[in-house]
Amino acid sequence: MKTLILRTASNYLLPILLLFSIFILLRGHYLPGGGFVGGLIASIAFVLHAFANGLKNTKRLLKFHPGYLMPIGLAVSFLSGILPVLALDEPFMTSLWMHEAIPVLGKLNTALFFDIGVYIVVQGVTLTIIFTISESA
Amino acid sequence: MTEQLLLYPLLFQLLLAILLMFFWKKIDAQKVISIVGGFVAVFLSGLLFYEVWTSGTQTVQAASWKAPFGITFVADTLAATLVLLTAIAGLAVSFFSSASVIPARLRFGYFPIYHFLLLGLTGAFLTGDIFNLYVWFEIIIISSFVLITLGGEKAQIEGAVKYFTLNILASIIFLTAIAVLYGLAGSLNMADLSVLVPKLENRGLVEVAAILFLVGFGIKSAVFPLYFWLPASYHTPPSAVSAIFGGLLTKVGVYALIRIFSLVFTNDVFLGQVLLVIAILTLFSGGVGALVQKNIKKIFSYLIICHIGFMIGGLAMFTKVALVGTVFYLIHDIVLKTNLFMISGLIYRIKGTSNVKLLGDLYDKYPKLSLLMFIPFLSLIGIPPFSGFWPKISLITATLNTNNYVLLALIIVASLLTLIVIAKLWSEVFWKKGKELQPRLHFLYFKKMTRAKKVQFVLPIVMLAGVTLYIGFGAEHIQQVSERIASELINKQQYIDAVMPQTE
Repeated sequence: MKTLILRTASNYLLPILLLFSIFILLRGHYLPGGGFVGGLIASIAFVLHAFANGLKNTKRLLKFHPGYLMPIGLAVSFLSGILPVLALDEPFMTSLWMHEAIPVLGKLNTALFFDIGVYIVVQGVTLTIIFTISESA
Repeated sequence: MTEQLLLYPLLFQLLLAILLMFFWKKIDAQKVISIVGGFVAVFLSGLLFYEVWTSGTQTVQAASWKAPFGITFVADTLAATLVLLTAIAGLAVSFFSSASVIPARLRFGYFPIYHFLLLGLTGAFLTGDIFNLYVWFEIIIISSFVLITLGGEKAQIEGAVKYFTLNILASIIFLTAIAVLYGLAGSLNMADLSVLVPKLENRGLVEVAAILFLVGFGIKSAVFPLYFWLPASYHTPPSAVSAIFGGLLTKVGVYALIRIFSLVFTNDVFLGQVLLVIAILTLFSGGVGALVQKNIKKIFSYLIICHIGFMIGGLAMFTKVALVGTVFYLIHDIVLKTNLFMISGLIYRIKGTSNVKLLGDLYDKYPKLSLLMFIPFLSLIGIPPFSGFWPKISLITATLNTNNYVLLALIIVASLLTLIVIAKLWSEVFWKKGKELQPRLHFLYFKKMTRAKKVQFVLPIVMLAGVTLYIGFGAEHIQQVSERIASELINKQQYIDAVMPQTE
C-alpha cells in the first residue's frame, strides 16, 4: 500500500506502539496485560510498518531475522525459571524478589524476566510467520 | 541441588532444545549436541531412577505453590522408569537420526523439535497434575506434527492429515473430560482427585468423565476402535521419526491410562469390563491387520496396536500380577518398537524399498546384520529367554487367577499371530531369493555409505538390541522393578502421601 498518509503515520506509530507494548508488558504483573499481549502489540507495530513501507524496509530496520528472537526469548525465560534452582535450591520457577528497590524501577523479580522472555518469543514467532507468508505470497 | 533432581531430565531436554535453536543453520553442530546431550540425559534420568529406587517417591512443587493448588511433579518408580527409557530410546534415535535423516529435513529444525518432543514425553511422565498432563500432550502432538510433516512429501502430508485430525480430536475429548472432572471435584491435582473422586455423589457423571478419559487416551494409545490413524500415518515419515513415535507416543497414552485408572477412577467394575473388551479386540484386530500388510513399516504399525492390547488387558484385570505384566510389557515394548522401526529404516537403506514382496536375500548378503535383527524379532514373539516372554507369564497367570479365559485365549492367539507375521517376514525378507531391483537414482544405499556413517546407522540398533537382551536375560531385575511399580499402583496411598504430606 503506497498511501502517503499511512506511510507517514506508521513512522510515528512504530515507536509509540513499541512503547505501548512495553507498558502492557510491565502492567501485566498485577493487571490485564503481560508478555503475550505485549509481544503481539510489538509485532503489530512492525507489521504495520511493513504494510506501509514494504517488507524490505522493515527487514532493514530490524537488522536480523526475527526467527532469532525465538531462542533468545526462550533462553531468557528458561534462565529466569532455573535461577531459583541453581542459586537457592528452590523449586523451578519460584519467584525471587530483590531485597533493595532500584530507583525508578522498584523491586524486580524473576517473574518479570520470564514475561520478558515470553514477550520476545511471541514477537519472534509472529514476525517469522507473517514475514514468511508475505514473502511467499 | 539434589532436591530438584526430579526436574533435571525435564529441564535438560528444554535446555537442549533451546541450545539447538541457536545452531539453527549448523546441522553438524546440532548432531553433536543432540548425541552428547542424549548421553547426559541418560545419565540424569539414571540418577533420578536411582534416587527414586533408594529413597522412594520424589515430588517437587513447581514455583513453591503447595499441592493441590500448584503444579506438582511426581516421580514414583513408574514415572522414573519411563523417563529413563525415554532417555535411552531418545539417545538411540538421536544417533539414528544423525545418520539416516537427509540434510534437507535436518535444515528445518529437526533436532530442536525432536528434543521438544522428548521434553513433552518426559514432562507427561513426571507431572502430577491432570491439566499439566494435557499441556505436555499438546507439546508432544505439536512437535510430532512438525516431525511428521517435515519434508512435505505427498504421502507424508496425507498421513499427517489423518494423524492430525484424530489427535486433535483426542485432545479435545481429553480437555472436555478434564473440564467435567474439574466441575465435579474442583481440583486438578491427581493425588487430590484420587481422594475426592470416590466421595462424589454424582456417580453417573463420574462415569461419563471416566469414559471421556478412556476415549481420549484410547485414541492416543491406538486401542481397538480408535486405532485407524496409526497404520495410516506411521509409515510415512522417515524411519527415525517413526521409531520415536512407535516407541513412545502410543506408550504415553498407555501410561496416562494406567495413571488415571489406577489413581482416580479405581474399583469401577464397568470400566474394567470395557477395558477388557477393548484389550481383547485390540489384540485380535492388530494381529490380524499385521498378517495382510505388505509394507514392513505397516506390519510393525499393526504389531504396535496388537501389543498395546497386552498392556490394556493387564490394566483391565487390575490385580498385582496383572499390573506386573503390564508394566514389564511396557518397559520391553518401548525399547523394542523403537528398535523395530530403526531396523525397517536400515532395511530400506539397504534395498531402497519397504515392500516385503520386492525384498529378499538379506541373510545371504548381510548375515551379521540379519542375526542382529533376529534378536528383536525373537523378543517380539516372546521366545523364552528373550524379553517378550516374561511379561506374558505374569499376564497369563493373572488371567487364570481372575478367570478371564477369553483374554487368556486372545493373549495366546496374539502371540501366535505375531509369530506367524514375523516368520513370514523372516522368510520373505531374509531367506527368499530376491529379485534384482532397479537401482534408484539419488538414493544413498547402505553399501555406498562411508564406514563412519554405517557405524552410526547400526550402532543404535546394537545398543537397543543390547538393552532388549538385558531385559530378557536380566529379567529378574526388571521383574523386581515391575513388582515394585505394581504394588505402588495398587497401594495409591503412598502416592497421595508423597504429594500432600498434610493429609496423613
